[in-house]
Amino acid sequence: MTSEQPQTTVGEVSTPAANPRGSSTVDRGGASHPLVELTLTRLREFVREPEALFWAFVFPILMTIVMALAFPSSGTRPVPVAIADGPNAAAVRRALAGDPSIAIRDIAPGGEQGALREGAVHLIVVPADPPIYQFDPAREESRVARLVVDNALKKASGRLDPWRAHEQPVQIPGSRYVDWLIPGLVAMGIMTNGMWGIAFAIVQARLRKLLKRMLASPMRKWEFLFAQVGARLIFLAPEVAIPLAFGALALGMPIHGSFVAIAAVSLLGAVTFGAIGLLLGSRVRTFEAVSGLMNLATVPMWLLSGVFFSTSNFPDAFQPAIQALPLTALVDALRAVVLEGRSLIAIRGELALLGAWTIVPFVLALRLFKWR
Amino acid sequence: MQDLAVRCDGLVKRYGNLVAVDGLSLHVRRGECVGVLGPNGAGKTTTIEILEGILPPDDGDVEILGMRWRTDARDLRNRLGIQLQDTQLNEKLTVEETVRLFRSFYRQGRPVAELLRIVELEGKRASRVGTLSGGQKQRLSLACALAGDPDLLFLDEPTTGLDPQARRQLWDVLARFRDGGGTILLTTHYMDEAQTLCDRVAVVDHGRSIAEGTPASLISSLGAPKTVVQQGTLEDVFMSLTGRHLRDD
Repeated sequence: MTSEQPQTTVGEVSTPAANPRGSSTVDRGGASHPLVELTLTRLREFVREPEALFWAFVFPILMTIVMALAFPSSGTRPVPVAIADGPNAAAVRRALAGDPSIAIRDIAPGGEQGALREGAVHLIVVPADPPIYQFDPAREESRVARLVVDNALKKASGRLDPWRAHEQPVQIPGSRYVDWLIPGLVAMGIMTNGMWGIAFAIVQARLRKLLKRMLASPMRKWEFLFAQVGARLIFLAPEVAIPLAFGALALGMPIHGSFVAIAAVSLLGAVTFGAIGLLLGSRVRTFEAVSGLMNLATVPMWLLSGVFFSTSNFPDAFQPAIQALPLTALVDALRAVVLEGRSLIAIRGELALLGAWTIVPFVLALRLFKWR
Repeated sequence: MQDLAVRCDGLVKRYGNLVAVDGLSLHVRRGECVGVLGPNGAGKTTTIEILEGILPPDDGDVEILGMRWRTDARDLRNRLGIQLQDTQLNEKLTVEETVRLFRSFYRQGRPVAELLRIVELEGKRASRVGTLSGGQKQRLSLACALAGDPDLLFLDEPTTGLDPQARRQLWDVLARFRDGGGTILLTTHYMDEAQTLCDRVAVVDHGRSIAEGTPASLISSLGAPKTVVQQGTLEDVFMSLTGRHLRDD
């Protein structure tokens, strides 16, 4: 047994020597294919940058939690109202206190208007005879407060309802704001990470003259560009899976779509924004310039593409432009798949738009790209 | 003169109105180490980058290892080792990962471990590039240049900014490469570097080669009297050829 060990060692040493260089087979001296090494390089760069990991993986979850706290399912929170001083203040307070959908907030005298402006209360009752309601009719919450308070006070004054409807509370799965928000945040993450991940890495390599150095080696250009996209796609899985899993497990968000459809939409979105990132990074030589370009491209889409609130809030005149944005297409496609369980065929319009937003920037980027 | 590693004749490169390289010719024989000396802005980097196939010349004829960039770029890339003037390698990678990356680009060459041994960085294999000293970074960059076991090495100011120990350590690596039959073309500001490493030097100014020869022949051509105690240096030759005024980029 002991005599065999040195033999094995000799055999291992002589194996590479038996395959001298210059043969037709490629010898990479212990390194893998350039595509693999370049992709690994990109992955290592990313993993060794704690800030990048935070923004890509932790931030979307924090965002979801914050939004879930700020906008819980509507209808369950009592309406905050204030009661001003007046002769009937005690009676009004008694009447409103009996209604569980109303929360009376005590505001220091004189502070009512400020509380109304800041949204601490949605309506102020001035207990005159008849009472006066102070509220902003342009605010939806204030209009709701007016109806609830009016109802409570009139009931307390002895109003008799001619009839009473049967109420059937229906909980539509996926109708809560968080459910609607999470696919939007995932889409936004695909956009930001895709564009930043690619454009920033390219600008950094160009700035350090690494692009030039690599071009001076036999590395092929497409290997470099493919590796950038490849590394992005590897990160895509956790970027999409973590917020969706968090939503499903912690917040009870329903996922109706198939995993294949979700993966396909996410993949196309990542490639789309990767191509746009490639275009934005194709010439720029400074971080300031690439940051500016990136904000120019992403900030309008955050606002317009329906991540946080529906695109229907914008005037009709804006709609054609908004619907043509790649993030709008990705948000809509992802929501349709996740929340409604739609098939890929049903969202082919969005997918085609994403395809166009992939091909055009990619072709432009190839023409404009500067390696130095 | 049959076996030339670099043959470049009548090279011209213009940037707008500025003529960076103005009809420069340079020949390097195989196995030779040739230094290109010149003040800032003389056209050294432009010239070497044209020879490296990174920049296209406006005019002139370039043949590297008997091949041309237009037709044999890929073969050439596999047989050249290149060190650019100020490449910042990825600071987040380790030394070994960096060499592996560059090694993967070549279809032949030495194993990664051997490359690290050649540039004396085995002890730093697991260190992040960001933690290396200037000399270590430069040797790492040299390991990347040597990854494909090149026939010809192009080095653009390889020891600029290094301390004397680090420079000598790098010279040792280069001397070993030459002893193994390799050809080197380097640019430098340092006369002692040229004197130590180079078989021949070309002094370049205003985009032209204004003097060429062995360091010794250039020194003697200066006409320094041989009897004086202090022998003339290549630096004296350089200053007399290119003048004393400051060159700012």
